[in-house]
Amino acid sequence: MSMSSETIVLPPSVSTRSAASRLGDLPMIPIIILAVIAFMAIFADVLAPHNPEVGALTARFKPPFWQTGGTMDHILGTDQLGRDVLSRLIFGARVSMVVGFTAVIFAGVVGTVLGILAGYLGGWADQVIMRITDAWLALPALTFAIFLAAIVGPSMWNIVIILGLVYWTRYARVVRGEVLSLKEREFVRLAIVAGCSKATIMRRHILPNVVNSAIVLATLMLGVVIVTEASLSFLGVGVPPPKPAWGLMLSDGKQGLMVGYWWLTVLPGCCIMLMVLSANLLGDWLRVKLDPQLRQL
Amino acid sequence: MPVLEAAGLTKHFQARRGLFSGSRGVVRAVDDISFSIESGRTLGVVGESGCGKTTTAKLVLGLEEPTGGSIRFEGRDLQELDPAGRRHYRKSVQAVFQDPFASLSPRMRISDIIAEPLVTNETVTSGEVRRRVLELLDLVGLPERSADLFPHEFSGGQRQRIAIARALALSPKLVVLDEPVSALDVSIRAQILNLLRDLQDRLGLSYLFIAHDLAAVAHMSHTIVVMYLGKIVEVGDAQTLARAPKHPYTAALFSAALPSHPDERREEILLAGEVPSPLNPPSGCRFHPRCPQVMPVCGQQEPALAQVGDRFVACHLYDQARH
Repeated sequence: MSMSSETIVLPPSVSTRSAASRLGDLPMIPIIILAVIAFMAIFADVLAPHNPEVGALTARFKPPFWQTGGTMDHILGTDQLGRDVLSRLIFGARVSMVVGFTAVIFAGVVGTVLGILAGYLGGWADQVIMRITDAWLALPALTFAIFLAAIVGPSMWNIVIILGLVYWTRYARVVRGEVLSLKEREFVRLAIVAGCSKATIMRRHILPNVVNSAIVLATLMLGVVIVTEASLSFLGVGVPPPKPAWGLMLSDGKQGLMVGYWWLTVLPGCCIMLMVLSANLLGDWLRVKLDPQLRQL
Repeated sequence: MPVLEAAGLTKHFQARRGLFSGSRGVVRAVDDISFSIESGRTLGVVGESGCGKTTTAKLVLGLEEPTGGSIRFEGRDLQELDPAGRRHYRKSVQAVFQDPFASLSPRMRISDIIAEPLVTNETVTSGEVRRRVLELLDLVGLPERSADLFPHEFSGGQRQRIAIARALALSPKLVVLDEPVSALDVSIRAQILNLLRDLQDRLGLSYLFIAHDLAAVAHMSHTIVVMYLGKIVEVGDAQTLARAPKHPYTAALFSAALPSHPDERREEILLAGEVPSPLNPPSGCRFHPRCPQVMPVCGQQEPALAQVGDRFVACHLYDQARH
């Protein structure tokens, strides 16, 4: 056969790049911060020195240990009910992590599925889904979330569902756009020629190619979702007390700010800031890493 | 009996001209064309971009529904097929497209890409699938190890071999080759074209070969169809058509292609202007504004595709010869 005279050179079958070189440019600071917060969330029961929901009224408004009146028993002081601030921060990490991740995943699944359906099916399915998305995006996210929270009542899982319902539209938009360009690609046409059903094409050919974008968006949305959760808790329609949530701690501590009880607001505020900042930095890094257009930069 | 026969095949696209004008234009992408592909033979379709070649391919592949006319496969009209017949047609007609970088799903392994038509259409065990994949890889001259790699690990020519292997997975009767070598390096083109010819001889395949590379079409085809603005202007045996074109457009096309030998002298025909918009094709013969041999009748009356000697030509130059 004529083929034998041609040399077919294939790349080496084992990747020569070592794992270390591929991970070399990981953004270490955000990853370390997120890892610490995740560690606190997972091992909160072991790490927290006190019960976060029960305090002693005799030990109210204790300052952190380095200020006069502070003790090593309550390293970061106590709040208006005498509850240990450090323990509440540690358990608050659990609330933020659980709400943040589940809401982002919930919104991501709903938005990605609807985005793929709208983009691939087109026609009336596209019209209906995208008009709903447009209307949804026109509503201010926080106001909309407060409205929903007022209807269904405060609870941690309600907050997850509310945040998912508020933020799925972002995914739908991005994913639909990607699908519109993907479905004109030749491998999708060839799948039609091969006899694949629409469902198979969406699952096997479209979904794996939009997952990257959805993951990047999810990382960027993590910060937004955590801030919204904190805002809802601050406004009293979020995670109900006495569960320790960072937003709730901010809200409870705000009266104390004027009379010098700074640790009740500054410490949870710093936690929120660090977590959101880390999530955004990681998301930016992932976006550059996974986006073929930006990969060269 | 021809494998595939198209009669009066037409595809018009609706195009809206302005937001408020309300006037709607019709793009006559493919306008009343007829051709047939014999078993084990290659029908080449040539023409400039926008002449309707790719739309023709899409119509044959069922990616677009024709506005008019019919396609008959093994004597049966596609429009009248029952679901089983439809499935049989899907399995019998496969395709290889132009861009080897876009035609393989980037997140699937080569074995899954090649096996996809097979597992979609037939109930087969994973062992049988694997055996068939290795057989197909061997057929297109790729090593067995390719099966477990991803598309980005291959060059353009290798990817096109993978695309061909996939198209052959169901042992089709007809393969639509839509510019299969246009995106490849010149040095690789001949390899792929020879592979395709070799496979045709071994498997008795029919090809619908679409290209704008005349040398490739003349090399590959048994019969050539020349299209201009959605119309067929000339049909004939590949060798005689390439050597002695009758329609002025065909003559211009082949004079623009490089001669096979640098000493070969031939008349160079330069065409003026661009291909007119298919939204508003010229009256009469669609080629008349650019034709070097234009006559008064050309602007008024559309020439019919009629037999001239050994082939069919749509040109008023041959009106006398016919009578």
